[in-house]
Amino acid sequence: MAFFMQNVINALQWGSFYALIALGYSMVYSILMLFNFTHGDIFMTGAYIGLGVATALLALVAALGWSLPGWLLLVATIIISMFITSLLGVLVERVGYRPLRSAPRASAAITGLMIGIILEYGNLALLGTQRLSFPELIQTTTYSVGSVYFTNKKIFIVVVALLLMVGLHQFIQKSRWGMAMRAMSYDFPIVPLMGVSLNLIAPLTFAIGSALAAAGGILYGMAYPVLDPFMGILLGWKSFVAAILGGRGSILGAALAGFLLGFIEIFTTMVFPSTFRDLIAYSIILLILTFRPYGFFGQAHSTQLRL
Amino acid sequence: MRKWTTALVVVLAVVLAAGLIGCGEKRQATIKIGINAPITGDIPKVGEGTKYAAQMWLEGIQAAGGLQVGDKKYPVELVIEDNEAKAESAVKANTKMITEDGVLAIIGPQASKQAIPAGGVANDYQTLMISPWSTNPDTTKNRPYVFRGCFLDPFQGPVVAKFIKGEFGFSKAAVLYDVASDYPKGLAEFFKKAWEEINGPGSVVAYESFTTKDTDFSAQLTKIKDSGAEFLFTPQYYNEVALIVKQAHELGFTQPIVGSDSWGSAETVKLCGPDCYGLFFSTHYAAAGAQGATKEFIDRYQKKYGYVPDDVAALTWDSIRLVAQAIEKTGGLTGDLKKDRQAVRDQMAKIKDFAGITGNMTFTEEGDPIKCAVIVRISDKGEFEFYKQVCP
Repeated sequence: MAFFMQNVINALQWGSFYALIALGYSMVYSILMLFNFTHGDIFMTGAYIGLGVATALLALVAALGWSLPGWLLLVATIIISMFITSLLGVLVERVGYRPLRSAPRASAAITGLMIGIILEYGNLALLGTQRLSFPELIQTTTYSVGSVYFTNKKIFIVVVALLLMVGLHQFIQKSRWGMAMRAMSYDFPIVPLMGVSLNLIAPLTFAIGSALAAAGGILYGMAYPVLDPFMGILLGWKSFVAAILGGRGSILGAALAGFLLGFIEIFTTMVFPSTFRDLIAYSIILLILTFRPYGFFGQAHSTQLRL
Repeated sequence: MRKWTTALVVVLAVVLAAGLIGCGEKRQATIKIGINAPITGDIPKVGEGTKYAAQMWLEGIQAAGGLQVGDKKYPVELVIEDNEAKAESAVKANTKMITEDGVLAIIGPQASKQAIPAGGVANDYQTLMISPWSTNPDTTKNRPYVFRGCFLDPFQGPVVAKFIKGEFGFSKAAVLYDVASDYPKGLAEFFKKAWEEINGPGSVVAYESFTTKDTDFSAQLTKIKDSGAEFLFTPQYYNEVALIVKQAHELGFTQPIVGSDSWGSAETVKLCGPDCYGLFFSTHYAAAGAQGATKEFIDRYQKKYGYVPDDVAALTWDSIRLVAQAIEKTGGLTGDLKKDRQAVRDQMAKIKDFAGITGNMTFTEEGDPIKCAVIVRISDKGEFEFYKQVCP
């Protein structure tokens, strides 16, 4: 039982990252009908921005001689990094996707991949090949219930991820901007005719997605404190799978599918030899998609790509 | 005018003649040892360590008045060639040293990339070559004239298994390794085999893997913890070591975690921090806490060049001393380079229990040393501290 519970905790943490990244994919995909393949690398850049902000804040606090609690610095780091990374998201939309709105859709997807590569190698050129360690803003405290172990960081990660998801859900459901976004995902061509500018909604979508990716990046840096310019690739691809699995137009679906992916991966390792983890995990997902081709919560929709 | 010219010609002739005579004498009486090192290129620090260690050795020989072979003392000369860390340059350097400079034996190249092709040349010309640092089996494979100064991975697995058995008396092992990378995968297999030989089948209670770029090992580590393993062996590189050790501790795994020579980077402690303090890994040599001859070497090197020598310098030191011992053992040089080279090679193959600063060595038929590994403990200050020597 303890063994099982321990893996539930492992899966909750691991699933949080998939869920947070999948949200960004899902938003762009649902609203703009675009596969934003830069997203994994925006996640990576967000983690590095977080590293920079955290280092700068620590230096500032030390210079001023204040003694602020670590969690305050952490929250400040997350908020500042989310803001900076959202600007990066807007820039990617402006430079990468907007000029290609009327171009063939394959070009937009390729552009995304290329911007991703630019971000990866730009980082490599700027910071070199050495791995950077994410600063410890809060001390790790390990708790145990019976023989189930968890840390304050794990709780923080899962709670922050859930808060962000609920926040996004509220924004999409309750705010006027959210309403415009939902409208656009239902009927793309008609919404601009109602006076909602696509040049506002598209950057906003990218900004929110990127901010969530940045939050994911910092939480990831806390859990796995060795940063690497290529860390976003595999995670990005797998989160993309989660976004599709969740279903188009469903924020909740993407989040749930992210957690599901985490659970499938962890529990496959629990039952089978770890060498077969991805083989078995992704065969299961292939099977799910065979029976539910629109994902869990997606409605049948036209496959015409747009933006 | 004419007088001057005549005088000049005469002087030149005398100088040339003297030079020629000098050279002629030297050719018979001087022992030349070739050094094939990456002085420039990608890994200049490796070349520097090689050169410095060799020059330090030469100084000692010169102070003693030369190398004693049989009843004669020979002056020694080093021929240092730069291989630019390139395979083709290393081949050229070896060819030049053997055919033009007439070296008796060659030390280097260091990296397998250069040592493998250069070893072919040395073998073809029937000249002894010893690579201090190359760990690839191909360097010495089927090449009777090529040797190496370091242990191979098939040795390291049993060494770690033996150390843990002797030190802790454990009988249940767990292994976590990257299934997509040659070095960890090979070493994990060698370790598993060795451990099961000591403790019987089934004694590796968890044999878990992941793939390169994975960062979350919680599922594997939970399984390892649940398996009742008494320690974890993980032959990974520094970035993964940091993640594995931290996650293991967060999951309440308090047993020892042990590694291999891939841990031996300053980055390990930088990324891992206090979580790695007190852990053990096996390697070629440890600077901090070294004793005896090893300490003497380190002190001398540090005094002369201003920094602590790395494993390349130490292995080069041992290799050049091995060559010197092989030359001494011939009992006398004939002056015929071909015969002398053969004699030196034969003596090298016969060397037993050579006391090196990186461990005692005896060569196998393949030219690989059976030597002891050093177990390093990461101290509470994050230094790599010599803990003990373990022999296979």
